[in-house]
Amino acid sequence: MKKYIVFIGIVVIEIVIFLGLLLYGIDKVSEKKAELNTLRQLAHELRLTDFSIWTEARYTRHPSQADWFSAFQDYPSSVEHFPAGSIIPPPELILKEGGS
Amino acid sequence: MKKHLKILEFALSSLLRRKYKNLSIVLVFSMVTFVIASILFLTHSFKKEALSVLEGAPQLIVQRLIAGRHALIPVSYIDEIKKMPGVGKVSPRYWGYYYDQLTGANYTIIGLDRAWSVNGRVMEGTALAPEDIGYCNIGFGVSDRRFLQVGDDLFLQDTKGGLYHFKVKGIFNMKSQLLTNDLVLITKKDFINLFQFPPSMATDLVVEVYNPSEVTNIAKKIKERLPDTRPITHDEILRTYNSLFNWRSGLMLTMFAGAVLAFVILAWDKATGLSAEERQEIGILKAIGWETSDVLALKFWEGASLSIISYLTGIIAAYFHVFFFGASIFAPALKGWSVLFPDFRLVPDIDIYQCFVLFMVTVLPYTVATIVPSWKAAVTDPDSVMRG
Repeated sequence: MKKYIVFIGIVVIEIVIFLGLLLYGIDKVSEKKAELNTLRQLAHELRLTDFSIWTEARYTRHPSQADWFSAFQDYPSSVEHFPAGSIIPPPELILKEGGS
Repeated sequence: MKKHLKILEFALSSLLRRKYKNLSIVLVFSMVTFVIASILFLTHSFKKEALSVLEGAPQLIVQRLIAGRHALIPVSYIDEIKKMPGVGKVSPRYWGYYYDQLTGANYTIIGLDRAWSVNGRVMEGTALAPEDIGYCNIGFGVSDRRFLQVGDDLFLQDTKGGLYHFKVKGIFNMKSQLLTNDLVLITKKDFINLFQFPPSMATDLVVEVYNPSEVTNIAKKIKERLPDTRPITHDEILRTYNSLFNWRSGLMLTMFAGAVLAFVILAWDKATGLSAEERQEIGILKAIGWETSDVLALKFWEGASLSIISYLTGIIAAYFHVFFFGASIFAPALKGWSVLFPDFRLVPDIDIYQCFVLFMVTVLPYTVATIVPSWKAAVTDPDSVMRG
């Protein structure tokens, strides 16, 4: 068999898989709409402000509620010791206006 | 068309002659695409989910700051805020953290002072009501760590060292894990007793504003009238999550930059020169009558076939990694020190534009990097090219 036929075959198979995954994604998104609505309602009812992802420190558990000195919460210029602190960037406000 | 198919056939034969070298290029190229695409998929999906769910977050939250730190807010501030025109209901929130010595995990404890319900199933068991003293609702992570089922007792230590027990009335299900994984919901009365919370204080206040476009103005007025407070608007919460799950920030940028750098080295190595064998091949092709354009077409197909296969493999693998395996390769980096970490299953919501950009920044430069040195060799006299 010609090599280019095998090559084109592989590319077509990969494109079909990728398109299939895209369609699967679209289907899942519409399926999950109701679930997201429920979660939105839950956030509203329980008055939740943050995702429960990093629970090790208050400024990683509630990044939107953290105080401005949160990265140095033990003492000024203390070393950041939680790994999640390196994933979470400083709030936009501090980057733009120096926190004022 | 036929000519190009023949050139493609020749290009593939030429690639297969150096199959181990080219196979390793495909492997590295696919891995680089995989890492970059995984980061893009993960951050985009996280961001979409956060922005959608947190749309339900309170309009305005008022915290009190003492010495630059979040402190308890007097409930009497409610009346002061209520006086402002445009302000609706102002209610206190009671919440805090509890370090569980048994499991080493931190829980978020919420003191409930009003009834709640949602359409759709978010828990096994029943929702806590404000009059359910001695009962609790817990997150999936808490029940998992403490091996608790509905009807079991959750023991928490109070500030004096005594033990409080709460009967588990409901457990939030896995689907709500991103919001509720570490939550322990108890009544306000239990919350006050457990933490010896001063009755005239609250953790913060939730302010309802009649006109959503007035939230920023009301926040400013609150700050003016009560200078020791810090109002946090709904938009600020959304903005925090927008930047939190941005691929341009934090560790994600570090990983992203590493992968991009690896790709640049790969393309640079290709662009800076041809091997003696490759130069000789071009010389022979020119000597037997191939046009410069034919040689360039050959090199184009060599570069394009390698990069297209690698790109598609990388992007498909990234999709499976992020949406079917919960980004398990990134998990150790993402998890950090969190004892309770949600086992998230993200919505496979990907941005086609990002895939397109990724195609443009990987396939295109690699293909160009393959053509340029070949063009230099192809326009030189075949004799001198073959002699090196």
